[in-house]
Amino acid sequence: MAVLGLSPELWVLFVGFGFMVGVFFGFFGMGGSFLVTPTLLILGYPASVAIGSSMAFVFGTAVIATLKHNDIGQVDYKLGGLMFAGIVLGIEAGKMLVFGLEALGRAELVVGIAYILLLAAIGLVFTRNALRQTNEDDATGESDSDPNDIPELAKTIKSYDIPPMVTLTDGSRASMWVISGVGGGVGVVSGFLGVGGGFIRMPAIYYLIGVPLAAAVGTSLFGALMSGAVGAFSYGLSGVIDVGVVTALLVGSAFGARIGSASTAYVDEEDVTIYFGIMLLLASVAVAFGELATWLEAPILDRVSFVLLIGSAAFVTVTILYYGTKAVREGRDAPAVG
Amino acid sequence: MIEFAALPTAVQAALVVGLVLLEAIGLYLGYGALEQRIAPPVLNAIRNA
Repeated sequence: MAVLGLSPELWVLFVGFGFMVGVFFGFFGMGGSFLVTPTLLILGYPASVAIGSSMAFVFGTAVIATLKHNDIGQVDYKLGGLMFAGIVLGIEAGKMLVFGLEALGRAELVVGIAYILLLAAIGLVFTRNALRQTNEDDATGESDSDPNDIPELAKTIKSYDIPPMVTLTDGSRASMWVISGVGGGVGVVSGFLGVGGGFIRMPAIYYLIGVPLAAAVGTSLFGALMSGAVGAFSYGLSGVIDVGVVTALLVGSAFGARIGSASTAYVDEEDVTIYFGIMLLLASVAVAFGELATWLEAPILDRVSFVLLIGSAAFVTVTILYYGTKAVREGRDAPAVG
Repeated sequence: MIEFAALPTAVQAALVVGLVLLEAIGLYLGYGALEQRIAPPVLNAIRNA
């Protein structure tokens, strides 16, 4: 019996996968959306459906994450609102690119290759940082940097007075051109790949607009919320969002995000970051196998691709839960969390 | 009953966004209430296992 167009087996698969994605999102603050589109592509969904459904999922996840961050008041809603126009234009451009490629019969291939490169790049950054962290662990002391400090690059950009200038919530000023550029640039990536884009937006808000780190994280989440809403509406206009897939993923991810978020109080992120990096590298290989399966017309590679993607995600989830359970058993107290 | 497919595409898209929004808020509140109820006994069970 199909519910919202999904068989019971697919419900189990998507709720389970959503749970894993939610654990990553809650624990690492990222990693959710950029696993969803490739998984849907590997499962045979057309690129537009995979991206549109992923955008709707991004929206739901971002609503939940923003509600949580709102409790601790670290979201610059004014900056988020100012980025809106750029986000709309960027997502529309990304979507046009997807539909243009789909008309040429090349959307799955191009989006697949983009994901191979994206996942490999982020996986390498995570793995390298994890290895570097391990090596430097004993050598570094406590950081005494000011949490409200901003990088030199942001200070340089802010020193140029390019009108119209606007005053942000923290009292600093920024050019609308920079704000719209960040919104639009990340919007194109979001609209083209079906991702929230936090892995680019957060550094862009910090390094280019010059918002302090804590507020940059919350504001980036709010940006993901707007990207998700605009993207879901835009792809919804083309009728390519699979509501069943989105609902099943959200049911799993909203639960997983709570577990992941709670785990941060018990598990040292350094213990599992390297596994997360390796998982992203494996996900990149999995998407490559998926592309090869189509190219060589070898369905067995599709299965290898699927097992690799789900298996590596399951391994990292179990690792986080294992370390969390171990810490609780050893009686390690959780610090107070908001 | 109004057929979903018969509605204008903009209304259909807005309904999809609204549905996802409601689902997200419902899940946030629902799991939040569940967490408050079952998290302490679950943590105790793990500690005493």
